[in-house]
Amino acid sequence: MSGTAARPMPDYNEEIVRKCIIAAMFWAVVAFLAGVWLAAELAWPALNFGLPWLNFGRLRPVHTSAAIFAFGGTALIGTAFHVVQRTCRARLFGGDALADFVFWGYQFFIVMAALSYLMGYTQGQEYAEPEWFIDLWLTIVWVAFAVAFIGTVFMREEEHIYVANWFYMAFILTVAVLHLGNNLVIPLSPYSGKSYQLAAGVQNAMIQWWYGHNAVGFFLTAGFLGMMYYFIPKAANRPVYSYRLSVVHFWSLVFLYMWAGPHHLHWTALPDWAQVLGMAFSIMLWMPSWGGMINGLMTLSGAWDKLRTDASLRFSVTAVGFYGMSTFEGPVMSIREVNALSHYTDWTVGHVHSGALGWVAFISFGAVYYLVPVLWKRSGLYSLRLANWHYWIATLGIVFYITAMWVAGIMQGLMWRAYDGFGFLQYSFAESVNAVHPYYVIRFLGGVLFLTGALIMVYNLVQTVRSPATRPEAMPAGAVAAGA
Amino acid sequence: MRKLFSQEFLEKNAFALLLMTLITVAIGGLVEIVPLYTIETTVERVKGVRPYSPLELAGRDIYVREGCYTCHSQQVRALRDEVERYGHYSLVAESMYDRPFQWGSKRIGPDLARVGGKYSNDWHYGHLINPQALVPESLMPRYAFLAEKALVTTDIERKLSVLRVMGVPYSEEHVRNARADLEAQADPKADTDALLKRYPRAVVVPGNGQRVTELDALVAYLQVLGTMVDFATVTAEQKRQ
Repeated sequence: MSGTAARPMPDYNEEIVRKCIIAAMFWAVVAFLAGVWLAAELAWPALNFGLPWLNFGRLRPVHTSAAIFAFGGTALIGTAFHVVQRTCRARLFGGDALADFVFWGYQFFIVMAALSYLMGYTQGQEYAEPEWFIDLWLTIVWVAFAVAFIGTVFMREEEHIYVANWFYMAFILTVAVLHLGNNLVIPLSPYSGKSYQLAAGVQNAMIQWWYGHNAVGFFLTAGFLGMMYYFIPKAANRPVYSYRLSVVHFWSLVFLYMWAGPHHLHWTALPDWAQVLGMAFSIMLWMPSWGGMINGLMTLSGAWDKLRTDASLRFSVTAVGFYGMSTFEGPVMSIREVNALSHYTDWTVGHVHSGALGWVAFISFGAVYYLVPVLWKRSGLYSLRLANWHYWIATLGIVFYITAMWVAGIMQGLMWRAYDGFGFLQYSFAESVNAVHPYYVIRFLGGVLFLTGALIMVYNLVQTVRSPATRPEAMPAGAVAAGA
Repeated sequence: MRKLFSQEFLEKNAFALLLMTLITVAIGGLVEIVPLYTIETTVERVKGVRPYSPLELAGRDIYVREGCYTCHSQQVRALRDEVERYGHYSLVAESMYDRPFQWGSKRIGPDLARVGGKYSNDWHYGHLINPQALVPESLMPRYAFLAEKALVTTDIERKLSVLRVMGVPYSEEHVRNARADLEAQADPKADTDALLKRYPRAVVVPGNGQRVTELDALVAYLQVLGTMVDFATVTAEQKRQ
């Protein structure tokens, strides 16, 4: 990226990136709020109020979809559009109309999905809950997204496709394949919101977790790795640590991830050969994951001091740390003997959240803290102090959350398999429910902290855009150039 | 061809890069999914598994609609403590007509794969209306509203027909009698011979004597879970995958 300063900067479509950031921040708050509410329902079940649309079962997909698809997805689309233009030195393909269609079409998908869950329309498969008519709409939007992104790559003025774009392209392409593969259904009629899956039972289960695990692998990993490979070098002002490691990271990750699905089905009726394959590849997946982590962290060589002064970098680097931790924990949990204990317990929930809060949310926060001053042409953030508060409150929230879930999950697993001196099961299921109550309260508090941090961030970003103190003219000349 | 394995070439050629990515990601899924359709022993050769009765099917759709799978699994794993707690480990055959499968991934409440017949109809009605009245520790929301809602039965023939197209062994006769069977299963006074001939072991639920509610359907579904296979008669060879 250096050495090109002499060439004039093309007229990028930054408006679309700004829109995505605003929407992503809105959805972040919605997702965290829904999560906090659900955590409260589990700690104090009276909060369900017996209302159909407020009951845990209908609200839970609202939380997961808001976090993954609304917050994560909008952040991915926004950063993808930013990164692809800058690294290809080309304005977004398809014009402003196509970009706007992708943005508004995707927002419409989110709103439709959320409302439909509350009304009771669901396919009943995790992270693939939207019914067939919403799936069709998303397919159209996704094709438009692919055309805009890949079209820009084709129009690039740089000879090489930058590594971040490999990951973004793999994310776009594979999510399309997964979405189509896992949503093959027949509706009762063209006017009915209800459908039945083509695959049933064990095949349906395998296809679902082929989809489900790679929603993690390609939506929540490959896409956000694209973010990592752009924003960390950018904020640190250092090239990516190792080109060779990037190549190995990319190809091994995209190959191995697709095999890991069966670890969601250990000890079930799924045939053993598939379970063992899933376990073996899940363990192998540890290597590319840590290769990627090392590549991200080592990019900071010689720039570690920036962690003290750069909020964006601090979030991004902590995110990569959590990425390393989650991608170590995942392979451990995919070992059948470990999974026998951990599966169906809150350990899984904790694992997911160390990835979702620590990796996905933090890498997005890092990108947003970097992007807002750049896109709104501000000299810097309104308040580094507030960003620090956000960082520590959110980190503390994650620690509360995942430690509570570790304890609760391992306790559940041990109680379910405990035998008394006479060889009978020692605990009833209800006793295990009772035992985890304190940890559900701690988890709720962790969620409240994380949400509080996000609200501080939103305030800080709004002030960054609105406050006169961050206008370039209010700052000494040198500071402005560094910010851009 | 050789070019396609050269990173130098791939990262200068967007089309080739996309193609190679597609091939790379396709392999794992194909290897793991396709054999589940082609290996004949994937589904165990046990007797007794039948398609859901119309009322059970309607109840299952409500189970899915309310997101019960977010807290309850339907899969007894092949582990000693689970078999002792819940019953025989789950077979592929037992969920071969399940669309969608509801094996679940979290047990905030207990596994339901073999809940059928474990409690009385009355227990289920009382428990769904107010779970804490029967299980004080329970985190389950109240489902009293299901008792107030009349079950929509106008689409039941349609449901059976669509499933039939997908290969579920409903006959013409099953489809034709769908509504009558549905109503008979929620009416203790009805003649249930034809219903039980078409759907052996179906549990008739008391209903309220006026109209079939969503709660009736849900209880009928819960009562059939895990009861179709008689494990006393199953041999090891039949279960071999």
